[in-house]
Amino acid sequence: MTMARGAASRRSLLGHSYNLVGVVASLVILAWTLVAIFAPYIIPHPIGDIVDDDYFGPMRQGLWLGSDYLGRDMLSRVLIGARYTVGISLAAVCIACFSGVVLGMVAAVTGGWFDTCLSRFLDAMNSIPSKLFGLVVVAAVGSSIPVLILTLAVIYIPGAYRFARALAVNINTMDFMTVARVRGESTAYLIGSEILPNIIRPVLADFGLRFVFIVLLLSGLSFLGLGLQPPLADWGALVRENIGGLPFAAPAVIVPSLAIASLTISVNLLIDNLPQKIRDRDT
Amino acid sequence: MTNLVEVRNLRIEAKTDSGRIVELIKGVSLDIADGEIVALIGESGSGKTTVALSLMGYARPGCRITGGEINVNGKNMAALSEKQRARLRGTDIAYVPQSAAASFNPSATIMEQVIEVTRIHRLMPPERARKRAVELFRALSLPDPERIGARYPHQVSGGQLQRLSAAMALIGDPKLVIFDEPTTALDVTTQIDVLKAFKSVMRAGGIAGVYVSHDLAVVAQIADHIVVLKGGEVQETGSTPQILSAAQHPYTRELLAAFEPKPRQAQAHAYAGAKPLLRIDNVTAGYGAVRDDGLPLIRAVNAVSLVVEKGRNLGVIGESGCGKSTLARVIAGIHPATAGDIIFDGKQLERAASKRSQDQLREMQIVFQYADTALNPAKPIEDIISRPLAFYHGINRQARSKRVDELLDMVRLPRALRYRRPSELSGGQKQRVNFARALAADPKLIICDEITSALDTVVASAVIELLKELQRELGLSYIFISHDLSVVEAICDEIMVMYNGERVEQITPDKLKAPSHPYSKLLFSSVPKLDPTWLDGLVRDPELVSTYGHR
Repeated sequence: MTMARGAASRRSLLGHSYNLVGVVASLVILAWTLVAIFAPYIIPHPIGDIVDDDYFGPMRQGLWLGSDYLGRDMLSRVLIGARYTVGISLAAVCIACFSGVVLGMVAAVTGGWFDTCLSRFLDAMNSIPSKLFGLVVVAAVGSSIPVLILTLAVIYIPGAYRFARALAVNINTMDFMTVARVRGESTAYLIGSEILPNIIRPVLADFGLRFVFIVLLLSGLSFLGLGLQPPLADWGALVRENIGGLPFAAPAVIVPSLAIASLTISVNLLIDNLPQKIRDRDT
Repeated sequence: MTNLVEVRNLRIEAKTDSGRIVELIKGVSLDIADGEIVALIGESGSGKTTVALSLMGYARPGCRITGGEINVNGKNMAALSEKQRARLRGTDIAYVPQSAAASFNPSATIMEQVIEVTRIHRLMPPERARKRAVELFRALSLPDPERIGARYPHQVSGGQLQRLSAAMALIGDPKLVIFDEPTTALDVTTQIDVLKAFKSVMRAGGIAGVYVSHDLAVVAQIADHIVVLKGGEVQETGSTPQILSAAQHPYTRELLAAFEPKPRQAQAHAYAGAKPLLRIDNVTAGYGAVRDDGLPLIRAVNAVSLVVEKGRNLGVIGESGCGKSTLARVIAGIHPATAGDIIFDGKQLERAASKRSQDQLREMQIVFQYADTALNPAKPIEDIISRPLAFYHGINRQARSKRVDELLDMVRLPRALRYRRPSELSGGQKQRVNFARALAADPKLIICDEITSALDTVVASAVIELLKELQRELGLSYIFISHDLSVVEAICDEIMVMYNGERVEQITPDKLKAPSHPYSKLLFSSVPKLDPTWLDGLVRDPELVSTYGHR
């Protein structure tokens, strides 16, 4: 997680200093985002079509990433898979972090019974193993994209809440919070204008981290067959359905694994190497 | 080599995050003879601590010693390797930090930490080190020297801890001890004990010292020579009496002038007969569980009454822990009182701020001691100052922007400052912004809680001047809470002395010379004077000290 800061060269632009690792990581993330958006227009073959006579075919012209266990084009399936992996995870992490952070700040500012009850309730939620929770929900209501998004969001709200509350409690003891309170400010102003700007950086870092967890959990659920249902497939599902290709060293099982790794590692690296504002104004 | 310390043309640079090099110390030279105490004095940012630390060959992270020689006991600290320096630190040179409380490990006993130096440098067996430590405790007039070492840092008071950290520094028999503002965080009554202890130990051992401070009066008591620093350069050097009586440099004179009390002309008659703006009757407040009689377990403020008249100022003075800050918070409604009445502008106020009306909140503003934490670091100055304008007065963006300019003018800050963040301002500037925000609400009463305590003498006296001016222009009243008598004396019409949560006396500044209550006597006589012989000549009533000077 903690890359050697400053080992990579830092350069400055627009009053911020960037480093190389951060730039490369953000390019990888940007590339996957573009793929997720434009996937239907750039795939060479429809994802359900069997285009290869052989299964677990090797990389070759026309089938750049080989074929899967049914002889379908792997490149098309990975590109479309990006859409589901990035889309579902992003939606889930947005819901989780927004709810968690708002609740956390409100709990810190309000304190008292509200804080105690909410904290204990979310602690209880936190104690349920995430995969098990996903299993139960999917078994109960079936698997669909909205269900997946909500389930993943609910699983990660307690973590986001704890994190934001811990940060906000520290800010809450500062004198400027007392000043704002004595001024008669509302809770909405207190959390939005006084606390949030002070905790936004760690919250964003937490957002990225949680995004990674959700990608991995989604892939895990899909690997267990609880995620997206065929013929749709996210990266986790692609790994699972092609696991039989492992003895043949088929690209069909390696490529989606690499895709998951590249996205999660890039997000982590970006978090650790966010552009830093230069405070020295005299240059 | 005749002197113990000879610093020649010292240069220290720092690198900012944009890669720009800033020269912090621009060629400083100074000498310290054996057994002599030299004070480094100057405002914050003048480089006095940087110079003091460089005597150990140490530069803070991001800083680098780039030139010059630092000869201590015949060795050039700047040229030694880190390992060689480590060998000298603790044995040749020792350091006493500003905040002893932050420098002790809370989870080890004091004795373990005091003798740690002897263990690291293998100076003596632990048994002998313990004996030596007890001797030092006794020499530093610590209570119960035999057993104090077995305690943990939180079990002793701040003044004792500061003396214990001196014991830690002295146990390796250093030739030079560096004191970095060791009494700045202490009460005047405690400061005296610490200063006396330091002075007698240093003199007895013939140890040379460097004393970093911004308080000229403290320095006058302990130092043989004074070096005045500003902007990383030596402004003036001289023996203590010489600097105090015949300062040459304008900056030194300014420092001395800031120390002269400027008694305020009583403007009371103008408002004679005016009705009281604030009256509090028998207010009690505290912490802990509320007991059967409706009073809290620990009473920080006990049945205090006071009156503030329109356009007049009340000073509240006392040592730390006497309840003066709690009193401020009780009046402002931050910490609701458990008993008593608060009557403001003829109307009874609710005890809790959340139940008071918006106008009542607006008319009484509170300004806190630490501008660092009282200003939101994530917001530009203009947002901070304009929020009360939008909140209380509901004026539009353009009018607000104009008003922010006016307020910045009022507190004598350049208008361009509005785009900066608090971290980009100096301590004095931050305190002015803090004050401008209170003014923005258009208050009748401003409660100032130790607002000058974190500032240098020169900056503090400028802030006090500003407050007086604003009072004349705007007809404000202040409640001025401080432990610094000279500050309160300069601005207040009435002074209330608090001790242990109770009001012991209320007097006017012209009667300051003759307080009637014994605690006031002790407190007032403890304020250091510029006279170098003051500390040695000071005779305190031992009975008084044992009754009230319990720290």
